[in-house]
Amino acid sequence: MSGHSTYVPKTAFGRWMDARLPIIRLAHDSAVSYPTPKNLNYMWTFGGILTFMLVAQIVTGIVLVMHYTPHTTMAFNSVEHIMRDVNWGWLLRYFHANGASMFFIAVYVHMFRGLYYGSYKAPREVLWILGVIIYLLMMAAGFMGYVLPWGQMSFWGATVITNLFGAFPIIGEPLVTWLWGGYSVDNPTLNRFFSLHYLLPFMIAGVVGLHIWALHHVGQNNPDGVEVKNYAKDTVPFTPYATSKDAFGLACFLLLYGYFAFFMPNFLGHPDNYIPADPLVTPAYIVPEWYYLPFYAILRSIPDKLMGVVAMFGSIAILAVLPWLDTSRVKSLRYRPTARIFFWIFVVVCFLLGYCGSQATDKAVLSLGGRTILDIAGFGLILTVYYFAYFLVILPLLGLFEKPKPQPASIADAVLAKAAH
Amino acid sequence: MAEHATTEGTRRDFLYIWTGALGAVAAGSAVIPLVSQMNPDASTIAAGAPIDVDLAQIPAGQVVTLKWRGKPIFVRHRTDKEIAESKAVQVSSLPDPEGDAARIKEFEGKAQEKWIVVYGNCTHLGCVPISNSGEFHGWYCPCHGSHYDNAGRIRKGPAPRNLELPPFAFTAATKVRIG
Repeated sequence: MSGHSTYVPKTAFGRWMDARLPIIRLAHDSAVSYPTPKNLNYMWTFGGILTFMLVAQIVTGIVLVMHYTPHTTMAFNSVEHIMRDVNWGWLLRYFHANGASMFFIAVYVHMFRGLYYGSYKAPREVLWILGVIIYLLMMAAGFMGYVLPWGQMSFWGATVITNLFGAFPIIGEPLVTWLWGGYSVDNPTLNRFFSLHYLLPFMIAGVVGLHIWALHHVGQNNPDGVEVKNYAKDTVPFTPYATSKDAFGLACFLLLYGYFAFFMPNFLGHPDNYIPADPLVTPAYIVPEWYYLPFYAILRSIPDKLMGVVAMFGSIAILAVLPWLDTSRVKSLRYRPTARIFFWIFVVVCFLLGYCGSQATDKAVLSLGGRTILDIAGFGLILTVYYFAYFLVILPLLGLFEKPKPQPASIADAVLAKAAH
Repeated sequence: MAEHATTEGTRRDFLYIWTGALGAVAAGSAVIPLVSQMNPDASTIAAGAPIDVDLAQIPAGQVVTLKWRGKPIFVRHRTDKEIAESKAVQVSSLPDPEGDAARIKEFEGKAQEKWIVVYGNCTHLGCVPISNSGEFHGWYCPCHGSHYDNAGRIRKGPAPRNLELPPFAFTAATKVRIG
């Protein structure tokens, strides 16, 4: 959508290179002259933040591998060796472990931003689906990474999650044995998880390449959800405008990252993971990392094992078909006051699901005279129903019945109207 | 060269199809070792050989946890009261209906009702249940709240099935071989 290239090589080397591999032209077109909508807010800085986090995870990860040993008898000790003996090892590991959490914080903001401003709607369906694929790969990478320290939560998290695949009829049991490479989670499992944990970030990087390609082909969505009509009036060049805004957003985000890594590095982890893995003792509560909690809650709230697994995977898969479930032509919820209410309920539901995932299923949420009326499992089921209803009932019907507010004629009009206030 | 409009397959079509088909077979064959290498290897299978358990050392009312093939195995010595309790349960009311007789083995034609041998992994998601606890005084799984009775049958909670029975047999009155 950036139109024809405006890059003019200024040096002799630039001209020589441009005729052979136009890579400087590509960089210029995508990161300097690329037109970005004028009205982007700070919600649009999270793509850049996520790119930074991916690079940070790959760099710290590669360095950690230089000291880590993927074997059941040595993995736990090698992580402690990193923490105690390796120069700056504690810093690198804390950056990597908290980096995973920061990565997920950023991706959730990025996803909710997409949901709010309708960034999944035509012509950005493929862009959105690529994003869902990246998210799935991130979840797989995060899960396998958490197994590597071979602590109690590593082991039991791996046991619980791999056993999910046993819920499928007929193929379930051989599939789980195949995933384990044995009769239980053991050394072969740790080895392959390590191999895949190293592979996945590069797969993510590949899909991110496609994601950015699709983005630059269709152009960015924006808070008003109206497409760019006039490049001169509606857009500004990526550099310096988006570059500096992204840099500031990233700096603020790094403060948060640094705060966790330096001042509360174990806050988001679980103390049981500092106990070496023991196949004969299950920790009192198995809790996944915080970023999986809403899905864990969906899994547990459905009493049937297979249906629980289907619902959990379905809750992510449903995002991929969202572009065709939302029937409204208006992208931004700025102009859909009714949809906005349901959206914020959805956000609250996601947080509450996260809370449910962190609690014991039989804990009382509502009790009367000492009798439990609603426990965590029941509450989780209600929230799960809303989660699916939002996509399968509310969004399809709202588009047909709601009356949206008038949208601005163009991005320039929206910006000027705001300035006039 | 003149163009020949023909619907009949040519020699070239034949070669294309065979080349493509054989290429697909070769690619498919290459996948076999790549996928199969993830299944249990010879050393893992060898380490899973049967184990012998001496039951004489387990007092009545106690549960011993063993490890076989990386998984915990519970061996429970039931008291007469426990056996009576288990037998009194109405089988049709159970989530995974199995009578007490289906949970035990025989030795020389005699039912060994005292001994329950089960895998120590909850059939929900594989956690190790806690022995002699829960509402049915059998096992209780702390992960997601499944209650099992003293025969290892699921009575309450999300687990779909009774605790699995490992392959085992009595080799003497007080000896079992697991595997």
